[in-house]
Parts: sequence; structure tokens; C-alpha cells
Amino acid sequence: MARFDAGRRAQAEAVVALYPQRRSALIPLCHLAQSQDGYLTEEAMEEIGELCGVSSAEVFGTATFYDMLKTEPVGRHLVAVCTNIACLLAGAYELIEHAEESLGIRLGQTTPDGEFTLEEAECLAGCDVAPCVQVNHRFVDATDGDSFDALIDDLRAGRRSEEIPPHGTLCRTARSVGMPARDAGRANS
Amino acid sequence: VITSAPRIVTSRIGAAESFTLEHYLATGGYQGLRRALSMSREAVHEQVNVASLLGRGGAGFPAGRKWSMVRPGAPVTYLVVNGDESEPATFKDHMLIEGDPHQIIEGTAIAAYAIGVSTAFIYCRGEFALGLERLTRACNEAYEYGALGASVFGSGYALDIVIHPGAGAYICGEETALIESLEGKRGFPRIKPPYFPAAYGLYNEPTVVNNVETVSSLPWIVQNGGAAFTALGEGSSAGTRVFALSGDVVRPGWFELEMAKPTFRDLIFDPSLGGGLREGRQLKAFIPGGVSAPWFGPQHLDLGLDQDAVGKAGSMLGSGSIVVMDDTTCVVRAAWRITRFFHRESCGQCTPCREGGQWLEKILRRLEEGDGRNEDIDLLMDICDNLAPGVSWPPQQTTICVLGPSIPSSIASAVRMFRDELVAHVEEKGCPLRLVSGVLPR
Repeated sequence: MARFDAGRRAQAEAVVALYPQRRSALIPLCHLAQSQDGYLTEEAMEEIGELCGVSSAEVFGTATFYDMLKTEPVGRHLVAVCTNIACLLAGAYELIEHAEESLGIRLGQTTPDGEFTLEEAECLAGCDVAPCVQVNHRFVDATDGDSFDALIDDLRAGRRSEEIPPHGTLCRTARSVGMPARDAGRANS
Repeated sequence: VITSAPRIVTSRIGAAESFTLEHYLATGGYQGLRRALSMSREAVHEQVNVASLLGRGGAGFPAGRKWSMVRPGAPVTYLVVNGDESEPATFKDHMLIEGDPHQIIEGTAIAAYAIGVSTAFIYCRGEFALGLERLTRACNEAYEYGALGASVFGSGYALDIVIHPGAGAYICGEETALIESLEGKRGFPRIKPPYFPAAYGLYNEPTVVNNVETVSSLPWIVQNGGAAFTALGEGSSAGTRVFALSGDVVRPGWFELEMAKPTFRDLIFDPSLGGGLREGRQLKAFIPGGVSAPWFGPQHLDLGLDQDAVGKAGSMLGSGSIVVMDDTTCVVRAAWRITRFFHRESCGQCTPCREGGQWLEKILRRLEEGDGRNEDIDLLMDICDNLAPGVSWPPQQTTICVLGPSIPSSIASAVRMFRDELVAHVEEKGCPLRLVSGVLPR
């Protein structure tokens, strides 16, 4: 798997059509590719380049600027622990020490079974529930060692799979409307 | 004083299903847009001018004036709503995006109408997966309901909104970087001038960039009038604002408060707000407006939550995020973590920021790990001086954007307020508070 499957190819073309210039679709299409493969394969970057009118090198160069776009495989569950100021004060590094021990990996690594990747995140805008943890960019409650371990157990057993889809799936609600008004709308200005 | 003001942008937050169209309509939703469409564009703009609504993203620039700066005569103008909230300790837009996405759509539509825009983009931070789903759903519902599309509520005014996901980069909150990112590029801030994308923005067309909370205020302002907004707050700090309180307080959370009137002491200590510090703890310092802001000490507690007053006292209200640090906080560790953030998030275009941030992070790390040298404290300030000459407030700029010159804020605060504690880190070969069990991550 690498190029968009038929359904995603149609979605990709609809996304490109939303923008006045097709290059603007680059980041949304990277997310779409990650929803298929979990990360950005070389073939996907090539196809995104074709759709956006840029080279695959431009796609790679852009994607590597952004933390969420992965050019190497990551685990099915990307566990991100914020350690920024409010979370630091709430013991985020102690939580990371615990997480490393529980998962048997260090920051930035993936468990051998491919289930979990552990990341140190920058502020996730959840400072009122510090330390703030996300799995696949969805907020979860894991502010101490016990709740962290319970979360990992749930994820391993597939008990949270409805709420937390595999890494790469970001927005599960698709836009249902095209852009019929664009040309007519120019008359507004 | 503290609780009597109306909740202008958070009125629906906390209700079950607050994010649905059904709930939105049942609580007065889209009435502001309907009313705006019955007025002329100029009249809507005038009400926002009267409201003297200051942008809620961090810079605090008057929204109405931003709209006035649109370069005339261009064939097309764009509106981009900034929902890329990433300033550490800021979590108000996250709450608004998940809790009241229709209010953002309605506010976007009102702003778009007033400016004369037919395509608007809402740039939502990528890490808000749930927020993206709710915004997208709200956008779909708004089209079906007639609030967006070829003729908004049958008025003949055409508007399309595109929900655009980010992908994880703090710098994309800077408005020209946001535009680059929306164009499908790396989030590199653009060289100024032009200072405002209102001249040359998205696709080099005039572009207005407004924050999520800013546009969320518009339905209320249009319905109640700009004067009702200025009746709240004081002077240039009009209306209400969502303050995000975190750190060492009993009740961290967001609070929508009238601007200027409550003080930092109210926010931190009032039992209905922050609830004070944990038992036996003393206030050491607090950050008044996101980590780009210089720190305040206990002597600043009686300042009002007022943009001008905080500015005059040497810091900024910024994104409205207050972080409380009690006496168990190691200031070296706090400054190190904030500096680490800027270092990691530097886009790398400008040498002072890219290199300076890295040097500062390394020096603070070695102080905390017990390898500090006697000259390190002066060295920190010297590097800060290279990033923001004079290390004054507001900072002098050496770089394309303000990220780099913001790095000295926390370091200079730590050095100036707690020099003895830094010296102790050198003399005792490590953190005197003994907070660090191991090695800090690289």
C-alpha cells in the first residue's frame, strides 16, 4: 500500500478542489496518506506532489517541518506526553520516566510489537489537566502512573479503539460540501 | 465584580452536546449573522470598531483596525481564522473549538461579510483531532442550514469556509507563517514589511487573520452592539476575555472574566476562580500571558487583568494565559523547559534564534544538571542581549518574527528575580531544591 486507494484518491481530489491553489492541499493530503499507511511513504509523497503540482522532494521538505507528519513508521498508538511549563510543574518528566519503564522503551522509540511510540510533546493546550497526554492526537486521562498503565492496558486490549483510531487517522468527519460558490462569490468583493 | 459579567464567548461551554447545531440554534445561534446581514458591511465594521475589540491571539491588535487595513482594489480578499493555538499554557481556543464550533463559524461569517470576503479558512491546530471533527461537522451543518454557501440565508451574499488542519508547528501561529503553511509550505514567517497580511497575505492577496476567540466574540457584539461590549472592562481593555490559569493552583482552568477589573490576585486566589495555592505553599512567581511574557512576582498581584497596565508593568497579557509557580518550583528548570520549547520550535531561518536558543538551552541544562560555571549567569544574559539587544520589554527585534526575541523573557526573569538561586545551582553543583532525579532529555 502506498498510493491512495480508490476511495482516498477521490477524497484527495475533492480536497484539492477546495483550495484556490492546489499546493494548499499538501498538508491535508499528508494527513490523508497517514490515515492509510500510518506514515508518509515515498510513493505517497510522490502522489501528493503530483496532486499539488510540486516535486516529491518539496513534499518531503515540507512534511519534515511538521511534527505530526512522519516519514518513518511509528507505532499504532502514538503516545505524546506534554512536558511544557504547566505539565513540568505537574510532574510530566516523572510521568515520562514511568512511561519508559512501563513500555520498556525510551522517548522516541517504538515497542517491538509496533503498538506504542512514546514522544515528548510541546504544549497540547490541555494545561488544566496536567500532565497532559494524547494518544493519536486525542486527549486521554493519564495524569499519574496508575492511570497511565490503565490506559496502556485498555489500548492493548483494544478497548478504546472506537474513540482512538490507529495512528494517522485524524479527522473522521469528511467535508460533505463542495465549493460551488467560489466563482459566484468573487462578486462580493 | 468577578462573576457578574455576561459570558460572551463561553455561554454554551459545559452544556451537553454544546457543539451541535441543534443546541446552538436553541441558544440563539446564528441570530448575530442574520442581524449582520440585515445591516450594511460598514455598519457591522463600525460596531466592531465601537467595541474596540482587541485581538485575542496574543498581540492584542484592534480587530476593527485590522479590517480597515485591507489593501483596496485587489480582486479578492481572504479571511483566515487562526485556531493554531500553541502558546504554552494557552488552552482557551482548544475549549472553544471543541465546545462551540458553530460560534466560530458564525463569527467567521460575520467577519467575512464585514470585510467583503467570499472564501474564509479556519486553520485548526492539527493536534486537536476531536476539534477538527467537530469543526468539520459544524461546517457541514452550517451549509445545510443555509448559513454558508451561494446565498447566506437567502441574502445573496456568498461565503465558503474551508476547515484546514495544521500538522504540528508552534511557529504557524505567527500570522505570516500561518499563511505560508496554508499555502502548503514550511511555516516560515515572512520578512516584514509589509507588516500586515492585509496588504499581501494568502496567495499575495489581502488577507485578514483573526484569532478564534476574537471571531467568537462577534455574534454577541453584533446582537448587543459595540457599546454594550465597551460597557464591560475599562479603557482599551474592553469586554470579557477567557483567561487560562494553570500551574501550581488548586483549581486550574479557564475563566471568562470582565477585562481590567479583576486582578491577578482575584484570578489566582478567589475561591470561585483559581482557589489559591496548595496548603503551605507560597507564591514564587507567575507568568501573566503565555511563556513569551516576562514573569511577575507577588508584588504584581494587584494589577488588573488589563492589557495596558500589564504592558506598563513590563510584561504582557499576551494570550491570556497565567502560569503560577509556587515555592517548590526550580526557576532554572522552568526557564530551561521554556527555552527548550523555543529552541525546538524555532523555524531556523534566523541565526540569533536558531543558534541562540540552542546555546541558552544547553547552558540552563548544565546549570540544572550540576555542571554550571561561575560565568554562566552572565553568559546567559549576554546571549539574551544578542537575541534582543538591551533585554528590555518589549524586546528589540533581531529576527524575522518575535519567536527569537521572546526567548530572553523567562531567562532574564529568572536571572533578575532569582539570581541567588542560579548562583546556588553553580555553588552546590546542581539544583538546590533537589528536584532533578536524573538527566534531562536531550
